[in-house]
Amino acid sequence: MSRHSVVVDHIAKSYGRVKAVGNLSLDVGRGELFGIIGPDGAGKTTLFRILATLMLPDSGRATVGGLDVVADYRAVRGIIGYMPGRFSLYPDLTVEENLEFFATVFGTTVEANRHLVDDIYRQIEPFRKRPAGKLSGGMKQKLALSCALIHKPEVLLLDEPTTGVDPVSRKEFWAMLLKLRNEGITILVSTPYMDEATLCDRIALVKDGSLLGTDTPGGIVGRYPTALYAVRSADMHRLMADLAGYTGAASAFSFGDTFHVTLAPGTAPADLQSHLAALGHKAVCIEQTAPTVEDCFMLLSKKEE
Amino acid sequence: MRQFKSFVKKEFLQIFRDRRTLLILLAMPLVLVMALGYAIKTELNNARMAVFDASKDARTLRIKEAFRASKWFTIVEEAPTMARIDELFSRGEISMALVFGPDFAATMGKPAGETAIQVIADGTDPNQAAMLTAYAQGVMATATGAGGGIGIHTRMLYNPQQKSSYNFVPGVMGLVLMLICAMMTSVAIVREKETGTMEVLLASPMKPLHIILSKMAPYFTLSVVNIVTVLLLAVFVMGVPIRGSIAWLSVASVLFIVVALALGLLISTLVDRQMSALLVSGIGLMMPTLVFSGLIFPIENMPAALRWISDIIPARWYISAVRKIMIEGTGPESFAKELCIIALMAVVLMAAAMKKFKVRLC
Amino acid sequence: MTRMRETVIHTDRLTKRFGNFTAVDHISFDVGRGEIFGFLGANGAGKTTAMRMLCGLSRPTEGSGSVAGYDIATQPEMVKRNIGYMSQRFSLYEDLKVWENLRLFGGIYGLGARQTATKTDEMLCRLGLEGERDTLVKALPLGWKQKLAFSVAIFHKPRVVFLDEPTGGVDPAARRRFWELIYSAADSGITVFVTTHYMDEAEYCDRVSIMVDGRIEALDRPAALKRQFEAPTMDEVFRRLARKATRQSD
Repeated sequence: MSRHSVVVDHIAKSYGRVKAVGNLSLDVGRGELFGIIGPDGAGKTTLFRILATLMLPDSGRATVGGLDVVADYRAVRGIIGYMPGRFSLYPDLTVEENLEFFATVFGTTVEANRHLVDDIYRQIEPFRKRPAGKLSGGMKQKLALSCALIHKPEVLLLDEPTTGVDPVSRKEFWAMLLKLRNEGITILVSTPYMDEATLCDRIALVKDGSLLGTDTPGGIVGRYPTALYAVRSADMHRLMADLAGYTGAASAFSFGDTFHVTLAPGTAPADLQSHLAALGHKAVCIEQTAPTVEDCFMLLSKKEE
Repeated sequence: MRQFKSFVKKEFLQIFRDRRTLLILLAMPLVLVMALGYAIKTELNNARMAVFDASKDARTLRIKEAFRASKWFTIVEEAPTMARIDELFSRGEISMALVFGPDFAATMGKPAGETAIQVIADGTDPNQAAMLTAYAQGVMATATGAGGGIGIHTRMLYNPQQKSSYNFVPGVMGLVLMLICAMMTSVAIVREKETGTMEVLLASPMKPLHIILSKMAPYFTLSVVNIVTVLLLAVFVMGVPIRGSIAWLSVASVLFIVVALALGLLISTLVDRQMSALLVSGIGLMMPTLVFSGLIFPIENMPAALRWISDIIPARWYISAVRKIMIEGTGPESFAKELCIIALMAVVLMAAAMKKFKVRLC
Repeated sequence: MTRMRETVIHTDRLTKRFGNFTAVDHISFDVGRGEIFGFLGANGAGKTTAMRMLCGLSRPTEGSGSVAGYDIATQPEMVKRNIGYMSQRFSLYEDLKVWENLRLFGGIYGLGARQTATKTDEMLCRLGLEGERDTLVKALPLGWKQKLAFSVAIFHKPRVVFLDEPTGGVDPAARRRFWELIYSAADSGITVFVTTHYMDEAEYCDRVSIMVDGRIEALDRPAALKRQFEAPTMDEVFRRLARKATRQSD
C-alpha cells in the first residue's frame, strides 16, 4: 500500500495544437484534502478527466489508489467518486429521485450516507418532491453538491464544485468537505477561488497547464520572498495610478479595500509614505500584511511570464 | 443489478414526466394509421381526366359527352397526341386518361384486349385507380347502351401490380419503430452527454453495457406497445387482415427493433448535441425510410440505382417481410430472405454500435 | 464621498411575484451617474429577477422603476436601447472573429458601418488586441474574452451597463485588470451595475446593496457597511446578512 492515494507522473495532454496540461506531476496523500487552485483554462478539468479515467493522457502516467488510470480503468471507476464541473442534474426528476439515483449508481444508498450531506440536504428537503429543474439556482447547486457527496468513495474528485456559488453556500460546502476528509476519504478538489485554498491540507497552484507550486497553504505563503504592504489613502482611485507610476513599487494590486504593494530593493516603506504624501495623498496608511494565496499566485504567475 | 434496475426506472420516469413527447409517441401511430387509412377515398368527385381520340366519330363523341356530363369526371383536355397524355400524367394533372384507337367503332363488340379503347389510370393510389376504372366502365356502358359493357383494356401507370392499399400498415410500423427506437434512443443518450451526466455515469462503477441496455429498455417497451396498437387498429378498425403467422410477425418486429436501437446508439456516439442527433436521425434515417421503404413510392418502379440504395435501408426489408406475412399471408420460405437480411443487419449494427460506444470521453 | 449626481437608476418599491412567491420584495434605491454599484446576494436571493426587471425584460408586479430616464414597465424598448449587458455565460459569439463580433454588435445597436469601423480600431488599440482582429473569439484566453465582452457591452456608449458575475473563473491578475476597465468606464460617465461572488470585488464598488430573501437588507458604501456591522471585511458583512435568510426556494 502506497502512502499516496493519487500520483500524477509527468502527465501531458493537448487538444490539437492547444496544450491543456503540460508535463504535470503531483502526489496526493491518503486522506488528504488537496486543492488544485487556478483560473479557467489552467487545465484543471483535463487533469480531473484523466484521473477519472475519462480521457487518455498523451504521455506520462497516473494512478488512483495504486491503480493505473489507463490500464486498470474499470477498477479505478470502482473506487472513485467524480463530479464534473458543468455537471447538472436531471431536471425532470425530483430532488429525492436525483439523490437516490446518484446514490444507487455509485453503489450505495441515501440512508447509508445521509449523514455526509445532512447539513446541506436539510435545506432542500422541504422540496424533495419538486423536479430539480424547478429549483432556484442556489437550491440546484445545493442539490448537486449533495449528489456529489452522497457516495463515500475512496477518492473523491470534485471539479470546480463551488463555481458560481455564493460565499455563504461555499463555506457550508467546505465544511462538509472537511467532514468527509475526517472520515478518511481522499479528496481532490479544484477551484478558481483563491480564498478556498487555505481550507485545504495541501494545494497545487496551476496556470496554463503547468504547476506554479505545490505545498501546504502555509508553506506557499511562507515562501513569499519579500515583505508585503497594505496601502490605503483617502483617494483610493488616484492611488492606483500613483502606485503604478512609482518605480519604488515592484508590484501593486488592488486587494479588497487596500492595495497590496511590494517594494523594489532599496525602497523602504517610509520612502513610499513620503512619495505619496508629496503627491498630495491624505490619510496614507502603510502597514505590513501577511500575504495570501492569491498574492502568491500572482507573484508566481508573473515569474512564469 | 440494483444499479441497472434503478437506471431503467429513472429512464421510465423521465419518459413519463415528459407528457408531451410521450403523448406524441403514443398517439402518432394512431394518427398515422387513421389518416392513411381514411385517406383512401371511397367516393369519386370530379376526377380530372384527359382524352386522346384517334377515331373522332359519332360514338366516341357520345362517350366523351357522357363523361363530360357525369359528376364523377372532368375532362381537362383533349390531348392531340399520346405523348401529351404521358406529359399530363407525369405532371400529376390527371389521374385517368381515356384512349380511343383509330378503329374504335369496328372493335366495339369484341372482348377486352381486342377493342380499341383503353383506360389508363394512375396506380400510385391503387384504391383510387380501381375506383376510377370501375366508374369509367359504368359511364361508358350507359353511353353506348351496351348491356354487358364494352371490353375495356385498362392499364395502371406507376404501380402495374396494383398492390393492395393495405400496404400502408407495414409502412407505418416500419416508420414508427424507426422513430421511437432510433431517434428517441439517440436523443436520450445525447441529452446525457449535453447535461454532463454521462461523464458521471461513465466514471461510475456502472458497466458501460448496463448504461446502454438501460437506455434502450424503455424504448424497446414503447415500441412493442406501439406495434400492438398499430396492429389492433389495423385489424379492428381498418379491417386489414393478418393472414400469416403472428409469431413470425413478432420475430421480424423484434429483429427490426434491434436494428433501429443499434442505429440510435450509433448516432449517439457520433454527435454531441441533441439537435444534431435529431437532425441526423431525421434526415439520415426517417427520410430514407419514408422514401425507399416503398411506403410512398413503389420500389419496383424506381430506377435501378435508387432500388440499389433502397436495399441498404433496413425498413425496406422489414416492411417487405411484414407485407408478406400479414397481407399476402405467405409462408416462411417467401420472407426468409428478408428476415435473414434484417438479422444480419441487427448483428452487424449492434456490434458496431457497441464497439463505437466510448468508455471514455475521447 | 457622497457626490450629488444625476440619478440614472431609480426604483420605488419594485416587486415581482411569481404566483404567491415574492421573488423581489419592495426594493427601493437610486444609483447615480458614473457610479459603480455592487448588487450582492446569495444564490436565489432575487438578484437575477431584479436585474431582469431593470433591463426591461420582465414586467414588475408592483412598484415602479426607471433606468436612464425611461420607465421599465412602459418603455422597455427605450430602456434596452440605453443599457449594455454582459454576463459570464453569454457574451460574444465564439465562432465569429473578433472584428465580426464588433461589427455585429455595432449593427445591433444601430451604429453605421464607418462609425463601427473607427470604434473597432480605437477599442482594439486600447485593449492591446490589435493583433487579434482576425482571431476567432473561442481561441482567445478567458481574460481577454471578458475584456472584449465588456468593451462590446459599452460599445454603443450606454448610460448604464449591467454586469452579471463578469469575472467568474478569471485569474487574479486578469480580474484586477478587468476592474481597471470598469473604473475607466465609470469615469467616462457610464453607470456600472455589477453582481459578483468575489467579496474583495465588493470593496471596489462605490456602494453595495445586499439582498436577502428578495429584500435589500443593507445598502451603503463598503466602509460604512463594515462599520455598521463591526466586521473587518465585506465577506463577513455578507455572511452575517445572508445567514438571516429563511427562504429556501424560488
